Amino acid sequence: MSEASLLAFLVGLLAATLRVATPLLYATIGEVYSERSGVLNLGIEGVMFLGAFVGFAAAAQAEAAGWGAYLWVGLVAAMISGLLMALLMALLSVTLGLNQHVAGLGITLLCTGLAMFGFRLVFGERPVLPRISPFSQLNPFPGTPILDPLLNQYLLTYLAFLVLVPASVWVLYHSNFGLQLRAVGENPEAADAAGINVFRIRYAALAISGVLMALGGAFLSLAQLGAFSPGIVAGRGWVCIALVIFARWDPLRAMFGALLFGGMFALQLRLQTQGFQLPYEVLLALPYLVTILALAVAGRHAPYPGAYLKPYRRE
Amino acid sequence: MRVILPILAVIITFALTSALVLMVGASPLEAYYHFLVEPLSSRVSAVEVLVKATPLLLTGAAVAVAFSGGFWNIGAEGQFLAGAVAATAIGLNMHSLPPAVAVPLTLIGGVAAGMAWVATPALMKTRLGIDEVVTTLLLNSVALLAVSALLNGPWRDPISQWPQSPDIAAAAILPKLIPRSRLHLGFLLAILVVAALGFVLSRTAFGVRLRAAGMEPDAARFAGIQVGRVMLTTALLSGGIAGLAGAIEVAGIHYHLIEAISGGHGYTGIVIATLSGLNPWAVVPAALFIGLIDTGSQTVSRALGVPVYLGEVIQATLLLVTLAVLLLQHYRIRWERRAA
Repeated sequence: MSEASLLAFLVGLLAATLRVATPLLYATIGEVYSERSGVLNLGIEGVMFLGAFVGFAAAAQAEAAGWGAYLWVGLVAAMISGLLMALLMALLSVTLGLNQHVAGLGITLLCTGLAMFGFRLVFGERPVLPRISPFSQLNPFPGTPILDPLLNQYLLTYLAFLVLVPASVWVLYHSNFGLQLRAVGENPEAADAAGINVFRIRYAALAISGVLMALGGAFLSLAQLGAFSPGIVAGRGWVCIALVIFARWDPLRAMFGALLFGGMFALQLRLQTQGFQLPYEVLLALPYLVTILALAVAGRHAPYPGAYLKPYRRE
Repeated sequence: MRVILPILAVIITFALTSALVLMVGASPLEAYYHFLVEPLSSRVSAVEVLVKATPLLLTGAAVAVAFSGGFWNIGAEGQFLAGAVAATAIGLNMHSLPPAVAVPLTLIGGVAAGMAWVATPALMKTRLGIDEVVTTLLLNSVALLAVSALLNGPWRDPISQWPQSPDIAAAAILPKLIPRSRLHLGFLLAILVVAALGFVLSRTAFGVRLRAAGMEPDAARFAGIQVGRVMLTTALLSGGIAGLAGAIEVAGIHYHLIEAISGGHGYTGIVIATLSGLNPWAVVPAALFIGLIDTGSQTVSRALGVPVYLGEVIQATLLLVTLAVLLLQHYRIRWERRAA
């Protein structure tokens, strides 16, 4: 490979990495909010799937009705679906104090079933997948040499890296709400004694997490693909569960983790299309294996939130 | 209460999900007739309910034993896949052996693989104190990728080029219980495993230790129970049963490995275990009921045009409603005559 084509390959890979990392980043930061408040939200995989479906279905209807802003209609609809599922998760895990992991898996199964049911109901059984024209990529600095493909990204990608990450760092570490959220996740009894409403904070944290997870899913159907298919999320939610641990529950580290894991996926895709005879599954499995290894190394010192998996009951 | 609560959960679930039936423009009562009665009205579809229930009996038992021992095994799906892979690997090489040897070897391979797949999270839990929920969950994705790598690599069907392994040796195939049906010996094996588990949990000292370690680990430790060792055994038992389910699905139904070999049986096991209140004996009716819903979702889809995914929504709703309704077991209904 010549120097120029190697550079083009690397810039292309980096550009693809940003795109692949975007849905991971939304959902991972969502999960950071809920876990930091003491709730493991295993609804993530299902809520991403539901967000991808609801976003697509609403956008397709609005597009057919001739609305110009149909993609934004889809985004808002997806966020509402994520919010509703988050409230259901909160009802089960916070108010009723049920097993978080079983309730979360139940939410994932429910969302998966509902989205597939809705897909059949709205679009019927078609030989060809229905499509919409998706969000287009935009470039704030057109004509930049070499970096042009890198800067040409979706608005949602720009928002994830330049707005969501810094905003989450500020919210979690510098706002009153973030302080309360972390207090509730570390020691709910003490937080309650200090006058913080544990239940309300956990509801808020779950609501944020559900909206962000649904956005991550909707990015796939409304930006990256312009379509919805049963395999659209394909375990990305579980990757995010790994990412949260890998990032040690920190939004900034979550960004680097999403870039690293996204980079592996993008590399895997490129190698596949270039005809490399490497079992691509090895690269796809790395995020999980790396995370399990990281947990084993950290052992008891893994910085889990103190009240992780523990429902809170007022005595 | 132990019988009333699951039935209450089923009734609430059907009431909630009838909203979806109404959206399609069908009658809920008619839909639930097709769900619950129609599959049992013909011999062919009644047998199909037993076929569908076979892997679910085992994954349900696997999850139930793990949860009652305090090991939150979310990884039955991965252990199922590991068992299916091992059974395929062994079954492909059984051409020169009699069935009396080949079948047990294939199934034992599945059990061993399921145990091996759960061993890492189990040891991380008992030795390092690392929470098992996430580790068992993540290994599900790894198992699915391993199956995909095998089917796109060494085991890809050489003729059709489909991602599907060649068929296992005829000697490794489980015999049919009813000729010309899909019901195979695996159903009886599953019932036997569940019964043995019920006996062990309720009638043996090990069962008492297992449940004690699950309910109150600190108290169990104080009573001299080696909680770590008991939990490790529990996890291996659970993984082995889930692996057996995968092996039975290969050797009894498909005769080869496909990517959709499980399609969520491990997760459905969590639904069944919850519905059973973690009691192995109750796993039998719970698995049969979910098998009925699985079969019924196809009949209702054919008869009324309700999307077949209604079955999945019902199962998920049933899981969540059962979880919530089980909270009521701490309360007791008292009938009192009000003072006049």
